[in-house]
Amino acid sequence: MTDPDNAMRFDNINFSADGVHIIKNITGSIPERNITTLVGPSGAGKTTLFKLCNGLYSPDSGDLFIKGKPIERYEPVELRRNVGIALQKATMISGTVQKNLELPLKLQGKELEEDRARDLLKMVSLSDISLHKKTKDLSGGQRQKLSIARTLVNQPNILLLDEITSSLDSISRQDIEELIAKMNNQYGTTILWITHNLQQALSIGHYTWIMMDGELVETGESSFLRNPQNERVKQFVRGEIE
Amino acid sequence: MSFLTLIISLLFVIIPLVLSKTLNLGLEKDTIIAAVRSIIQLLAVGYVLQFVFNSENMIYIILMVVLMIVAATHNAQGKGAAIKGIIWKLVITFIFVEVLTQAILLGLNITPATAQYIIPISGMVVGNSMVLAILFLNRFTSEIEDHQDETELILSLGGTPKQAIHTQLITSIQASTIPTIESQKTIGLVQLPGMMSGQIIAGADPVQAVLFQLLVLFLLLTTAVVTSIMLGYLSYPTLFNQRMQLVGGASQDPE
Repeated sequence: MTDPDNAMRFDNINFSADGVHIIKNITGSIPERNITTLVGPSGAGKTTLFKLCNGLYSPDSGDLFIKGKPIERYEPVELRRNVGIALQKATMISGTVQKNLELPLKLQGKELEEDRARDLLKMVSLSDISLHKKTKDLSGGQRQKLSIARTLVNQPNILLLDEITSSLDSISRQDIEELIAKMNNQYGTTILWITHNLQQALSIGHYTWIMMDGELVETGESSFLRNPQNERVKQFVRGEIE
Repeated sequence: MSFLTLIISLLFVIIPLVLSKTLNLGLEKDTIIAAVRSIIQLLAVGYVLQFVFNSENMIYIILMVVLMIVAATHNAQGKGAAIKGIIWKLVITFIFVEVLTQAILLGLNITPATAQYIIPISGMVVGNSMVLAILFLNRFTSEIEDHQDETELILSLGGTPKQAIHTQLITSIQASTIPTIESQKTIGLVQLPGMMSGQIIAGADPVQAVLFQLLVLFLLLTTAVVTSIMLGYLSYPTLFNQRMQLVGGASQDPE
């Protein structure tokens, strides 16, 4: 069932927490070196699916393959460094920008060189921010960008981005969209991106998955969003389902 | 002190009872229960101690210490209900602290190996260890809950469970041991320790009482730090599973 051209493959994945069935029989593949957008109403299980891919949770049943290898055969630390995740909350550890940026390497007992730290900030359009600035003084958008830069420190092969542009202004949003496209074009990074913005899904995503109530209801090249087949997806695209 | 003076000292129970009744504080029932229980419990302990001291049998001394550890574990376990196997972690911690302190005291001939010394010191050690365990578990469980996002962040970046929980663990150890350290800074200035006061009232030389009190203070310092560290390092691994996932982490995730 594995496929070397797929960065990830889900085979009948189910996941429950506190007796609530959050992920229901998800089956599908995320093609390698492409941008796939994950779209759906709030509470559809999108973030939970990300955490399953990053190994923060394990499925109750089904098989999940990362680069053709069953996820349980990866060492958790190795998996999480290869499948980077930037969550919508953009959680920061208390302290400075530098402390957050160097965190992934500190965890490996390594240091992050200052030049590289500045390059990373530049990459996410934060070059005007001091490395010594306290993260509590950053705006929501700046924290979001810093969270992406921090995820990039591990140079993951697969990047999971959860609503990372939701709190950004239009200029910053454009910067991040360009960064995502660049990561994909120049470095061949596979990107799975949760967004509520259908226009982003159409313009940046090569493929799109629509999730509703824990189920995968429609997938395909992103252009299908212009003419979806599923009735609920049609309603969602028309903005009738939040 | 005779039983007659004990009866007279009940005046100190009657005063709060009268005040409570007059001001409608509603404390009468609890005050009576507390007074009756303390009389029964302490008298019983007094007679048991008298028996153990007279017999000088090591079995009875060990039994007394075991009883203390059982009672301390029973009291502290509720605060760590979220931690798997907390009862055994507490038992191991209390035993370790007791053995460590007694080994130093008896091994270096600081105190004689008699029931008169072993039992009261054990009571202070295990009692203090229990209070520290409660303080630590209280803080640690709330730190885990309040900082779940940070824990998950570190795990998601490829950190180990120990790295993911490090800040919360250190904060909890510090928070639980600070009261012991701080109270020692003001001892003698703000308060006279109960044990020292008791010795002086019983007719002991005040300097001797102070020297003994200092020994106990240093002992309690070790007890406090060792209890928190040991309980912390025994507890944190049970918060994670073999896949380095936070157990129960998904229950707080609405998406």
